[in-house]
Amino acid sequence: MKRRRFPPPLGVGRVGAVQSWRWLKRLGLAGILLVVLLVPQLFSTFFASTIGVQSLVLGIAAASIIFLNAIVGMVSLAQTALYGIAAYTVAKLAVEQGVDPWMAALVAVLITVVVALMFGAVASRSEGIYFLMITLASAVIAYYFFSQVTTFGSHEGINGVVPPALLGKPFVDPTGMYYAALICSVLIYLLIWYLRRTPFGYALQGVRDEPVRMRALGFNVPLLRTAAFGFGAFMAAIAGVLLVWYNSNISPGAIDLTRTIDLLTIAVIGGLRRLEGAWIGALLFTIVQTYSPKYTDRFETLIGLVFLAVILASPGGLAGILGGVDRWVRRRIGEVGTATVAPGQRQP
Amino acid sequence: MTLRRLRAEIAHRMAGGLALLVLVIAVVWVLARAVGLFGATANISLFLIVTLNGLTLAGLYFIVASGFTLIFGLMRVVNMAHGSLYLLGGYIGLRLVQNHLNYWLALALAALAIGVIGLVMQQVFLRWNQGQDLRQALITIAISVVLADQMIPYFGAAAVAINAPGGLNSSVRFGLGDVRYPTVRLVVLGLAVLIGVSLWYAIQHTRFGMIIRAGVDDRAMTSALGVNVQVVFGVTFFIGALLAGLGGVLGGTMIALAPGQDASFLLSSLVVVIVGGMGSLAGALVGALALGLVDQLSGVYLPAGYTNFSILLTFALLVFVLAMRPTGLFGRR
Repeated sequence: MKRRRFPPPLGVGRVGAVQSWRWLKRLGLAGILLVVLLVPQLFSTFFASTIGVQSLVLGIAAASIIFLNAIVGMVSLAQTALYGIAAYTVAKLAVEQGVDPWMAALVAVLITVVVALMFGAVASRSEGIYFLMITLASAVIAYYFFSQVTTFGSHEGINGVVPPALLGKPFVDPTGMYYAALICSVLIYLLIWYLRRTPFGYALQGVRDEPVRMRALGFNVPLLRTAAFGFGAFMAAIAGVLLVWYNSNISPGAIDLTRTIDLLTIAVIGGLRRLEGAWIGALLFTIVQTYSPKYTDRFETLIGLVFLAVILASPGGLAGILGGVDRWVRRRIGEVGTATVAPGQRQP
Repeated sequence: MTLRRLRAEIAHRMAGGLALLVLVIAVVWVLARAVGLFGATANISLFLIVTLNGLTLAGLYFIVASGFTLIFGLMRVVNMAHGSLYLLGGYIGLRLVQNHLNYWLALALAALAIGVIGLVMQQVFLRWNQGQDLRQALITIAISVVLADQMIPYFGAAAVAINAPGGLNSSVRFGLGDVRYPTVRLVVLGLAVLIGVSLWYAIQHTRFGMIIRAGVDDRAMTSALGVNVQVVFGVTFFIGALLAGLGGVLGGTMIALAPGQDASFLLSSLVVVIVGGMGSLAGALVGALALGLVDQLSGVYLPAGYTNFSILLTFALLVFVLAMRPTGLFGRR
């Protein structure tokens, strides 16, 4: 066991250090938020479109994985399939039926959530690694379904999806698309932040930690899991709608096993326990994806190795590393004693 | 409480009955169409060939999935790289056969190579985080990503098939009508039966099998009784990976090898063990038969216009079994 150093007593200088570290963090966060807010103005169209919009959209999808893992303790690999369902519904309605894009989006989100609730009702009786396998199998089946059925364009997919006029053309002027993705990201983040403090959220966290005890207390554990899965599907559906608007097409290639694993990689790199990790991971992933072809043509190998390194070295991912740095600094300047981490508290 | 249990029991029975009903309807439908009812033309030889296709495919699925379920049953490791090991084994076999090695020797060497790769994978990456099943699954996913991507530059993206040796290239004639059937597929079926029987014998009637069964039931107790569990784990992972490699060469001969096959065989392994129950050999057998037959029969006997929905039947199979028994048909706990 490591020897624990007691924090030095809080002197005047120490208080100063604590205060300045807090301000430094706040300033840093404000700076990052300001940059994020002004991406379309500060960066080139290419950057705002390829990096900005993509990482926000992928971030939302990855956030649905992290939400399910961090709050309910379910690792779902079906999120790509769910966003695929939403994207296909939008494309089918908008391109072939000429439905208004907003209406199509609403219907798509609804259908995805309903499908997820039905599937969740069956799958949520399994837990842990079984749930992972069942969702993975379903995701691969969804891929084969969309690549075989001619109504959905088989391998070709559906092309020519136009986003609502309000959002403009993503590749000419990504501003509208960017802010739409940003607003969705922020709303989803706040929604989950709020949700985990509601009785429903606490019940979900109880299911994560002690499913047997929760059942003994009279909670309907499969129902709670199903509801959480539906909520995760809601997030994934929003990502799917934004994705199909951004790409203007959807094909089975966007939901195959590789994409499923890519999304999982984003969540793991960002950190499976902290929601903000989703967007950090997505940003890193998109940057590597966009700029690595200059150096190597084996992009998936690179991602796989990063994935492996993160799991082996730091299961908390980047968000976990950032949190660790913060804790280390705070311990050095004596803001936190070792006792702030209560015994038995879950470490990331 | 008793009322609740009664209701659960009734729901359980109803689900089982419903599943049985669907099964009966499906069998009647297929047979009726085979003999020419429901507007189909009678075609017994087609039925025979499709059924044989389903059985031989089930044999291949069984070989691959039994390795998967063996590893999972004993170690609780979901080897997501199983599909990649399958494909890599097939490619190694292909290279060996292309270099004029005897087919059967190539089969054995490729399977052994994959067994060793699996053993190394287990010793280097999985041994030190036993019990963390999610982390282990993620590690094997990462390995499968790297393997799948590295195979493309070495073996190309086009589909290739392994040449069967001269004797197997022929086809067998049945007495019935003018049915000819490729020998290779029947050999694969025979091998699957052989592997199944020997695995069953090894697990039920040998000392090593006894240790494996004990380990599946209670790992800690087995270890406390003086069994070197680490060695047992290593050997099991070796055998499990070896079966994937063996399946790869046979599958490469029977079907073809191409990028994407790793995903498809990972899926079939997952479905087979989810349907059959994790860690159960009998479950793997039943799961493989169900998947193989559904796969082949649905492509032919679904109503015209719906045949490309056949993958949904696989999904329906999965959902049905899970609704009935969340742990699979032969799963325990």
